[in-house]
Amino acid sequence: MARRKILLITTDQQRYDTLGCNGGTLARTPVVDRLAAAGIRYERCSPQSVVCMPSRSTILTGQHPSTHGVWMNGVPLPLNAPSVAELLRISGYRTALVGKPHFQPFFDPFQRFLENSLGDSTVPSGGSHRGFEHLEFATHGPVGPLHYSRWLMAMHPEAVGGFYRVLDDALQVNADGGGATAAPQVHVNPIQREWYHTDWVADRTIAWLDSLAADDDWFCWMSFPDPHHPWDPPESEVGRINWRDVPLPAGYPQNRQQRERILDAKPRHWRMWYDGTLVSNYEAPARWVPATLTDDQVREVNARNAVECELIDEALGRVLARINERGWGSDVDVIFTTDHGELQGDFGLLFKGPYHVDSLMRLPLIWQPAASAQPTSAVVTRPVGLVDIAPTLCAIAGLPAADWMQGASLPVSDTDADARGFERVLTEWDSELFGVGVHLRTITRAGWVLTRYLPGTVHDGTEGELYDTVADPLQQHNRWDDPACAGIRDDLLADLLDNAPPPRQPRLQLEAPV
Amino acid sequence: MTAARGSVRREARIRRPAADIWRWVGDPERLPEWWPGITAAKVDGDERTITLGSGLPMPEKLLTIDDIQHRFQYRITGPLFREHTSTIDVHDLGDDTSLVVYSIDADPATMALVIAGAAGNALEHLRAMLEGES
Repeated sequence: MARRKILLITTDQQRYDTLGCNGGTLARTPVVDRLAAAGIRYERCSPQSVVCMPSRSTILTGQHPSTHGVWMNGVPLPLNAPSVAELLRISGYRTALVGKPHFQPFFDPFQRFLENSLGDSTVPSGGSHRGFEHLEFATHGPVGPLHYSRWLMAMHPEAVGGFYRVLDDALQVNADGGGATAAPQVHVNPIQREWYHTDWVADRTIAWLDSLAADDDWFCWMSFPDPHHPWDPPESEVGRINWRDVPLPAGYPQNRQQRERILDAKPRHWRMWYDGTLVSNYEAPARWVPATLTDDQVREVNARNAVECELIDEALGRVLARINERGWGSDVDVIFTTDHGELQGDFGLLFKGPYHVDSLMRLPLIWQPAASAQPTSAVVTRPVGLVDIAPTLCAIAGLPAADWMQGASLPVSDTDADARGFERVLTEWDSELFGVGVHLRTITRAGWVLTRYLPGTVHDGTEGELYDTVADPLQQHNRWDDPACAGIRDDLLADLLDNAPPPRQPRLQLEAPV
Repeated sequence: MTAARGSVRREARIRRPAADIWRWVGDPERLPEWWPGITAAKVDGDERTITLGSGLPMPEKLLTIDDIQHRFQYRITGPLFREHTSTIDVHDLGDDTSLVVYSIDADPATMALVIAGAAGNALEHLRAMLEGES
């Protein structure tokens, strides 16, 4: 008897509230909304890291960053790291990864990282790479030697120069602005829609699916590079949403004094980044000062982000349509999620960094189990994490979760979650670069989010953040020092320490910027 | 990170006397033998040109090759750098082990980290070679 097939869709840096099913009103996402209506929608899914490499490594390994060892971007995941894809492959699944991998750094002039050397072929030597027997890689533009870059260079070289330059002349993340408002990382890209990486990822996924036999068991990780910055979608699509009509986000305090008062109540690296006096988030442009952000820039960034979300939704729709045409419609489990969120104007900030609030930590997660499994649609409010994806894939395939996995198969309802102890989810941040170290440990539990700051460059280890996510959904009121919250703070701190994942020893080294 | 210049250090403790390690580290033409990702090194006087795995040539100026202190210094003069100096020190710890310290200062800072990452990997490779693990 054939087993259930699996389509795992990840996007990059997509907020919870960008989906219609999660209350979003800007982007139209009917395809994902239908998955949510028919399946299970999770209202409190957190990443275990709010940047790409650690978070993607968690999805693949089912481990927390402390344990798999990718503690910040630029730390490569060892090639012998455990992989859920490998478990599926050796059990007989055909496996593919199409789109953005990012388990190793992209910036690689010595060409030391295998991931950047696989673009010659779609079949890795030795038959598989991290458990994937078919690879077609892409990132946020036509940079580097990945498959998408090679394809665009060969087929449409005139389109290569239309993308945003991700790095500036000093090889820093580019701060140049564009579009109508000169917002950072906004850029007019004249590329035809069909050549943009979102459609390419869908096209290559469809091509791989078409190569399979009808009775193959298969697992495909379709990994869209968008809506991560730069915000340079095909210009032909930008007119879908007039940025001038975009309402400012609820999390964006329009009054400067109010904005700065909120930041000042948080650990001081928040305000220091806002003022441009400390950079601790190496994925944002170092030369951009958030205090310069304007209302119109927030509108334009959000408009372009929404366009990118719509393109993803439509690309996913094409893939699902082909799956139905192949006759697999009732036998495929579809999981849709992302690696982390995006500030997108909240608190007067853009991009991401050591800021453990819902903007970055509340993720879209939808699971539509195969119809053949006779699922019941549900909304799960209990905390789950990306660390639970790998065990879920095992469960779908009828395999036991590996003993190295630290999560559990996703609950199918709150009742199921309560019965299986889904009480808390943990998130970590560590960064150490050029003399600046920042270290956060976070627990999300029972309507609260608590972050403990370990000693670092601008923290002495006594700081923290505590938010009531029900009464303060925008996390604008830090209750860490509120005597009325001392009991819950201490309880969460104890829980955080009791459940800390075991660290990898020795610690892996930072080897590249990103 | 807001500063343009970056300073990064990597080190490895190797179970060999400094003189043994220096035979590799102190010879500018032997770099490709212990640095994965560098495919060639050509020396002409105090100039060295290395070739990266990506095919990119990188011109360098050799600043110090001190056989007594076991110190090697060079400067990358290629267009990606506004400024660069790397220093490799081999410290004999007196117990048949040595500490090899690779220090990189560069502008742009990003390149300091890129070199440091590769240098850390190279030191580990050197350690494995000299300790008979590869």
